[in-house]
Amino acid sequence: MLRYLYADQLKNFPKLRDSMFRDRTDQFHNRLGWDVSVDENGFETDEYDTENPLYVIWEMPDGTHGGSMRFLPTTGKVMVNDHFAHVMGGGAVVSPLIWECTRFCLKQGALAQVAAALMLAGGEIMQGLGIVQFVGVFDARMVRIYRMTGASPEVLGSVGEGRDQISVGLWDFTPQAKEQVMRKCGITAQQSRAWFDAAFGHAADNTNAALKAIA
Amino acid sequence: MEKDAFLETILERLESAEALEGIQTASEELRDALKIDHVAYHWVDAGGDQFGCGTYSQEWQDRYQEQQYLRIDPVIIGCYQRFHPVDWKRLDWSSKAARQFLAEAMEYGIGNQGFSVPIRGPNGQFALFTSNHTCSDEDWAEFTDKNRRSLILVAHYFNEKALELEPDRAPDANQALSPREIDAMTLLAMGYSRAQVADTLSISEHTLRVYIESARFKLGALNTTHAVARAMARGLIVV
Repeated sequence: MLRYLYADQLKNFPKLRDSMFRDRTDQFHNRLGWDVSVDENGFETDEYDTENPLYVIWEMPDGTHGGSMRFLPTTGKVMVNDHFAHVMGGGAVVSPLIWECTRFCLKQGALAQVAAALMLAGGEIMQGLGIVQFVGVFDARMVRIYRMTGASPEVLGSVGEGRDQISVGLWDFTPQAKEQVMRKCGITAQQSRAWFDAAFGHAADNTNAALKAIA
Repeated sequence: MEKDAFLETILERLESAEALEGIQTASEELRDALKIDHVAYHWVDAGGDQFGCGTYSQEWQDRYQEQQYLRIDPVIIGCYQRFHPVDWKRLDWSSKAARQFLAEAMEYGIGNQGFSVPIRGPNGQFALFTSNHTCSDEDWAEFTDKNRRSLILVAHYFNEKALELEPDRAPDANQALSPREIDAMTLLAMGYSRAQVADTLSISEHTLRVYIESARFKLGALNTTHAVARAMARGLIVV
């Protein structure tokens, strides 16, 4: 299932949290060879994890991590502005309607469906929360995998060469892409919406229910 | 369109405000322009100090402070440390304290519908910008669908102004237009269509959208036309 969790909510899901940070080590440190910090628990974390970001996580049936990504609004501290401003032509991208998406991670051996499910979640956030665009930092070698999901980022620029190449790009989730992504991951619009609602509250009329209860 | 023009005027006045009263005035004007019951801006800093303005009655604001409702208000609890906008219907009102709080708020003239935008400022500053109204769920859904993005932007503009009025505040370097944002704004000001601008700058329209969106925010504007006008008025672009 898809979970949308802020960092301060991860404590309620220790198994999911620990396996996510270990899978991040496996992907970014071991497989992609990025220069990232891994702590004594084998967790890959960076300074942006302490900004109470929103994580979107694919939870496996056994409660462990299958894939994830991390969001922060560009009005605060974000990687694109702190480290990749030159890729964007200099200067900062700042808007509460543009969020940064980083640490797009897939557990080793995860099916393309997991990547597609995460793309679907990105679409739910745009549609449900009024976000216009995601700007992301990712490894150019992952683009092929993203493309298989039906939604792939548009690369704005890259730094480094070969193995060390890190790209900045835009993730877009058009209604057409949504159809394709849903087919890829085999998740219905209703199911996806139900997971989103489970995280952000049901649109059911809680306030009216509360008023009725006291009446 | 007429409403947009109203909103632009309100934002112009908000931006030129030199005291907190300006934020109060803007909140009253905004409520009238949006034709809703209330607009409220509520700031809480890391030390727990509060500042609020808006159209809630003084009696309710006093009551809220005196009862320390900050601790049980589901809107505060649901928005603190978050950065996504929240419809009050999606909050947890199930506790007895929350229900009593809501019933009492309504006795003080607060509407049954709310849309709150949390804002994370520097150094643990947190603010909340709320639109509140009395109407059916359908009407409210229509209002929020139509105004969601504008309300998110306006929320941040209110907070920018409140921060700016804080003593000893260092200017925010991130608010300068980037070279590509200046290029995009200049070409738009010259009457180019988005497709022509993208073509001229050799970027895709998606990419262009990011620059326009970011420039719009930095300029404190609601739409592209407004942003271009502001960039010209400030001498940031020359056409």
